[in-house]
Amino acid sequence: MRTSRPARIGQYTALLAYLVFLAFPFLWLLSTAFKPPRELGSLHPTWIPKDPTLNNFRQAFEEQPLLHAALNSLLAALGAAVIAVLIATPMAYVVARRRTRLAKAVTGWVVVSQAFPFVLLIIPLFLVLKNLGLINSVPGLVLVYVVWALPFALWMLAGYVRAVPPELEEAAAVDGAGRVRTLVSVTAPLLAPGIVATALFAFITAWNEFFFALVLLKTPEKQTLPVVLTHFIGAEGVADLGPLAAAAFLATLPSLVVFALIQRRITGGMLTGAVKS
Amino acid sequence: MRTRLLALVLLLLLAGCSSGSTRDDGRITLRFQSLAWQEESVEANRHLVNEWNAAHPDVRVEYVRGTWDSVHDQLLTAFEGGEAPDIIHDASDDLADFAYGGYLADLTGLLPARLKSAIPQRSWETTTFGDGIYGVPFLQEPRVLIANATWLRKSGVRIPTPDKPWSWAEFRRITERLSGRGTYGVAWPLKEPVSATLNLSLSAGGQLFHRGPDGKVTVRFGAADQTVPRTIHDQANTDRSASPTTLGSGGSDTLPGFFGGRYAMVPLGFSYRQQIVQQAPKGFDWQVLPAPAGAAGLTQGVSPQTLSIAEDCPHKKEAAAFLDFLLRPQNMVRLALGDWMLPTGTQALEDPALRTTRHGWATGTALAAHLRPAPAQTVRGYPEWKDKVATPALQEYYSGAIGLGELRERLEEDGNLVLARYQR
Repeated sequence: MRTSRPARIGQYTALLAYLVFLAFPFLWLLSTAFKPPRELGSLHPTWIPKDPTLNNFRQAFEEQPLLHAALNSLLAALGAAVIAVLIATPMAYVVARRRTRLAKAVTGWVVVSQAFPFVLLIIPLFLVLKNLGLINSVPGLVLVYVVWALPFALWMLAGYVRAVPPELEEAAAVDGAGRVRTLVSVTAPLLAPGIVATALFAFITAWNEFFFALVLLKTPEKQTLPVVLTHFIGAEGVADLGPLAAAAFLATLPSLVVFALIQRRITGGMLTGAVKS
Repeated sequence: MRTRLLALVLLLLLAGCSSGSTRDDGRITLRFQSLAWQEESVEANRHLVNEWNAAHPDVRVEYVRGTWDSVHDQLLTAFEGGEAPDIIHDASDDLADFAYGGYLADLTGLLPARLKSAIPQRSWETTTFGDGIYGVPFLQEPRVLIANATWLRKSGVRIPTPDKPWSWAEFRRITERLSGRGTYGVAWPLKEPVSATLNLSLSAGGQLFHRGPDGKVTVRFGAADQTVPRTIHDQANTDRSASPTTLGSGGSDTLPGFFGGRYAMVPLGFSYRQQIVQQAPKGFDWQVLPAPAGAAGLTQGVSPQTLSIAEDCPHKKEAAAFLDFLLRPQNMVRLALGDWMLPTGTQALEDPALRTTRHGWATGTALAAHLRPAPAQTVRGYPEWKDKVATPALQEYYSGAIGLGELRERLEEDGNLVLARYQR
């Protein structure tokens, strides 16, 4: 189906406007990161700093152990993403393929569990982790993030599993493949975009998480990036805006890099041509 | 490739496993969680901790930076899990639950006489719950008017001093006189209107919370309580001398308009001067004025920053000794200068560095004797009353959506229902 030229121009304009809207906070953060304090207090702020400075970055690095905190965040986020996906994938397959009452109940519980507020969970969780000797440790934080990400990951992956036509697995079975072979050679590759998307979700959630990290990590050398970023904020929300913007800008980069690296895998359309229509 | 990637992840995870446990060498180690956040303030804290450690090899203090954001939830979890820091930095209005919950040590018998006598009784009242003292109040800040000095000078209005402050009525007249097309005499940043209103209302004799002989607290919004809210409401809605757009803003949000010549004055906490020094355009002339006074003079409520000791701390005596060191007059001055706040200690307040007219220090210091515990300090159920009743009611009143009658009705009737639940 061909669209007319005016319609195409309209579509592109809308898309461009949407992209600008999405990019606005990031670009503003970037602009703020390079502004000296006097420009931050200007009534007529400009996009391009009039007197750009790297002082905010220098101050941010001097005042806070940003690189160490970034490494802690990376460990926690990567660990959470990998483990959540490893656990959620087989569970999602069972939930999606076996339409039993138990599977429905599990799905229902998963949805309900997302409604629990953090504060309700944190004290029992803290006590459990303390007994396990996992307070103030990145593995303890990974464990929490896995538990936190698992329900949504399961729910998300179950949707991807349902999108894989069962006929493909049946065809593989007819061709003589066993269940494991079918899962590994037929289903798993088709689930790849879903697995990548789910891992990305778990990674970003863990990367940005603040409250659990604040409560569970005691010593400065264990703290993650979101916790360290709040050190630029004082009582009643007063902020050291320049260094905060500089540090926050750096903190968004890994997420962007991860997105850039794997976005093709998410939108790759792995199912294209799998079934004749 | 995949195997290598997995191995790398596992390696990274194992690297994270290495624990940062302290050495078991017989030394006492105290964990001090500080909420200091400004560069100079963190520096001052670190130096003092290092000085202590150098002089006390057997009692090492470990400096840990906390964050004001979510500090209550973080501490509550740490207390419940038996993992609280030994020495705790917080604000006095956050201590009641922890003190009544048995999480904080009663400092009555732990603090040396020197420290007790160095801080006035009215400050100790902010950390006294029942019969015990659960924190040392050490830094506080009054609310002041930061004014565009050039604008004020040109307008010819009388410049107030701590000895001769403006009355609330005079303040209203002056802000009206200073206003013009697109410009306002004042910009009230009232994103969180409750504490600002209650603390300033003390100047007019407002109490709002009244404790009966049975110890129960009720809300009564009397004539004295109405002076400040009425002034703000009339400035914003009748005189148009207060910017209506800043009523929902935080303090920092008003600064660009202040620097840009849109507002003549901004009521802010004393510590905001640091941001003003950093951000004000070159040549911008500003000054610190006392907040207006009412029937009770310059009195206003504050919730000082405090230092407490956890009940679970096994070395309370050593922790108290550290507090005594940290809060020696000259050290209190260093902390105050770092945070751009006022020390509570009377001797510290005499330090010339805090008496200079530069950056308005002298005006702030002159207000110190008028600071009292915030009215809501020990009222149980105050946070819920504030969030559910007072904040929306005051916001609606200041925006002109409701009148004084409805404001009183909501503060009193809805408010007393909330407080009653906490006092059964």
